[in-house]
Amino acid sequence: MPGFLRDSLTIAAKDLRSELRTKEALNASVSFSLVILLLFSFAFDPSADQTREFSGGLLWLVFAFAGALILNRSFARELPNDCLDALIASPISGAALFAGKAAANFLLLLAVEAVSLPVFGVFYNIRWWDQFWQLAGVLALGTWAMTVIGTMFSALTVNLRLRELMLPTLVYPVMIPALMSAIQLTTHLVGGQPLGGDVLVWLRLLVAFDIIFTALALSLVETVLVG
Amino acid sequence: MRERFMILFSGFAAVLLVRNLYVMLVKLPDEAAQGAIFRIIFFHVPAAWTAFLGFFAAFVCSILYLAKRNLRYDAVSMAATEVGLAFAAGNLISGMIWGRIIWGIWWTWDPRLTSMLICWLLYAGYLMLRRAVEEPSQRARISAVLSIFAFVDVPIVFFSIKWWRTQHPQPVVWGGGAMDSSYWNMLFLNWVPLILIAVVLILIRLRQEEAQREIDAVRRWAHAL
Repeated sequence: MPGFLRDSLTIAAKDLRSELRTKEALNASVSFSLVILLLFSFAFDPSADQTREFSGGLLWLVFAFAGALILNRSFARELPNDCLDALIASPISGAALFAGKAAANFLLLLAVEAVSLPVFGVFYNIRWWDQFWQLAGVLALGTWAMTVIGTMFSALTVNLRLRELMLPTLVYPVMIPALMSAIQLTTHLVGGQPLGGDVLVWLRLLVAFDIIFTALALSLVETVLVG
Repeated sequence: MRERFMILFSGFAAVLLVRNLYVMLVKLPDEAAQGAIFRIIFFHVPAAWTAFLGFFAAFVCSILYLAKRNLRYDAVSMAATEVGLAFAAGNLISGMIWGRIIWGIWWTWDPRLTSMLICWLLYAGYLMLRRAVEEPSQRARISAVLSIFAFVDVPIVFFSIKWWRTQHPQPVVWGGGAMDSSYWNMLFLNWVPLILIAVVLILIRLRQEEAQREIDAVRRWAHAL
């Protein structure tokens, strides 16, 4: 197991390093999240009182759309110079490769969220920090769900010609239960109430989703990459 | 042998359908609250059950493919998904027609409608993915993994949407409706021909797939010449 952990960390560090040097996906994703936040303001009256009621939905749509830009590239970025073949041939298990890439994506998505959440609060006049730590926990769980599905499907479609066209249609329907839970919990927390009572069922669903799909992805990724 | 099965199954399905149609249209009385349109349930509900049977078959065959690497399992998985998707579409469309008459609207974000639509989209994605991969064994591998993901996701979707909607106002109350036993019998009795039709469709689709593979082989042979 320490070997698995070390391999994953190596891959995660490599991915983070190469992304932080170019900042290609990160810049695109952050700017895209700002563009979506701007577009939402035309879809409804942002000063209305109801904004708080669907703030969770807005936020997670921003995260899901902007995050896709990072997740889509996760494996595709290894295609030039046959890097993917080198990674597969290296003495690292497919699961460790996946775990490392997922960890790097997770941190990058959290970075995008850390920028767009305060901007969202300013643009739509939302006090989101009342339940800061619980919100941070929900963000982490929801983002991990998106990361696992996104990274797995990035691996699944890496060799396809129509990769960019296929991914959004495949990824979002699978994510729906996790997104729904995250939306419910976030709306609740942004409303200033701590988690408890009926809302906990969503937390359980989100945790279960994370566990089920992490296990499924780790066990199937070797098949997807190697054959 | 397979031909004979197909003829036998479809003949039996046709006879049973004619008999069921006669009973449900002539013998069974109109439902008290909904009137004649109620009869759509005899196709609407079994279509959903058949669709899920198809998706389940695809799930099992996908696991078998990954375990045994026999392309036959992949072909069955593909055929079962296609037929399941057709039945799911039948379920959605018949439900919309019923909704138009009873609720006055074609669509509402009722839990079952929403879940079925997500389910339909998941498997439509599966078929779309298949078209994008040319190499057969790669296609089989990728779509088997997607099929497993989709099938694991479906129950989670159904539960979560049910919870989601119970916290929101909804146009209809559901789940508590009692139905007369003659209606229940009809529901199950009409499921049999639908399953038979699904099996025949899957067999036809499999034969097409085999023919396609033969054509590909001949084409490769011709190229080699």
